[in-house]
Amino acid sequence: METIASVLTDTSWSPYAVGIGIGLLSWLSFLISGKPIATSTTFARTGGMIEEMITGDKARQRPYYKKIKLQVNWQWMLVLGVVAGSFISAIISGDFQVGVWVPSIWASAFGDSALLRVLVAAAGGIILGFGARFAGGCTSGHGISGTLQLALSSWISAIFFFIGGIITAHLIFNVFV
Amino acid sequence: METENMEVKKEDIPDRRPLLLGLGFGILFGFLLHKGGATQYNVIVGQLLLTDFTVLKIMLSAVATGMIGIYFMKSLGWIELSLKSGSVGMNVIGALIFGVGFAVLGYCPGTIAGAIGNGYLDAMTGGLVGILFGTWIFALMYPKLKDGLLKMGDFGDITLPRLLKVNDWVVVVPVVALIVLLLFWIESAGF
Repeated sequence: METIASVLTDTSWSPYAVGIGIGLLSWLSFLISGKPIATSTTFARTGGMIEEMITGDKARQRPYYKKIKLQVNWQWMLVLGVVAGSFISAIISGDFQVGVWVPSIWASAFGDSALLRVLVAAAGGIILGFGARFAGGCTSGHGISGTLQLALSSWISAIFFFIGGIITAHLIFNVFV
Repeated sequence: METENMEVKKEDIPDRRPLLLGLGFGILFGFLLHKGGATQYNVIVGQLLLTDFTVLKIMLSAVATGMIGIYFMKSLGWIELSLKSGSVGMNVIGALIFGVGFAVLGYCPGTIAGAIGNGYLDAMTGGLVGILFGTWIFALMYPKLKDGLLKMGDFGDITLPRLLKVNDWVVVVPVVALIVLLLFWIESAGF
């Protein structure tokens, strides 16, 4: 029999239950914090904070960092919370991954070299981080929070995120291999 | 004099509640992302390869649910929208660049935080360092991009109802209906 406890320890839920849950969470985040769920500026802030630790004022004077402000704020804590929430769910459902460097779809096409996967992930991360700030948001800020507010910027972004992603994924897995 | 001092003191003590609320929302968001499988490279890349529609199902049901509540609360005056302004340069060129990175990395900024919590080491190392580095490159280039590509085809923070000059619900109702139809179609197609 399904109890509340057994539901919480299930490894996966219906994507619709998860999506509706995220939708309800967006109501609460607007109502209580007055803010949409978003994540990518936090990576820019963190990058800036790291530069600030090394170069101090030089980082603080950069126009972009003046604009986004290098401080731990609501969204920064939200991203930290995502790490924690995923960790909690993974642990209680026995799905925490230990020692996994290479995802299986990647391995089936490119082998199980951890170094290759980490280097490609780093290259992908650079492009993603740059693109997220260029577009002014990511799959959560534009893709979910912006589209649900019917923002024109977010609908265009979400569509082009997937156009770029679908074409690139097909090039990687169906043309290069 | 005394009241001035009081005010300064009040400002000196930052309000920690927003930070705790942010953490709480993040924990719930991360919990849901893991339960949905969106913290896995295989699920995200499967979506981009059009073999696994989990990500689209999560996003579309979140958007439909969210939209109804947000516009309902907006019509009651409980909340205000928080819109991102945009331009063709930002939301076409920037989003295409993001899409390329999305496929190469196999995570996005939110799901990589979830993937780190889930224990995936490619996310925790190369992926995270790469994203931080990519945003830093953007910060270096920002002064040059700001009045160039980022401004190209600027349209501000407009919503679809304002663009079409109609009542909010004239857009919300058909969009929610289309999302529901699309989800039924995805299911009946066997994805």
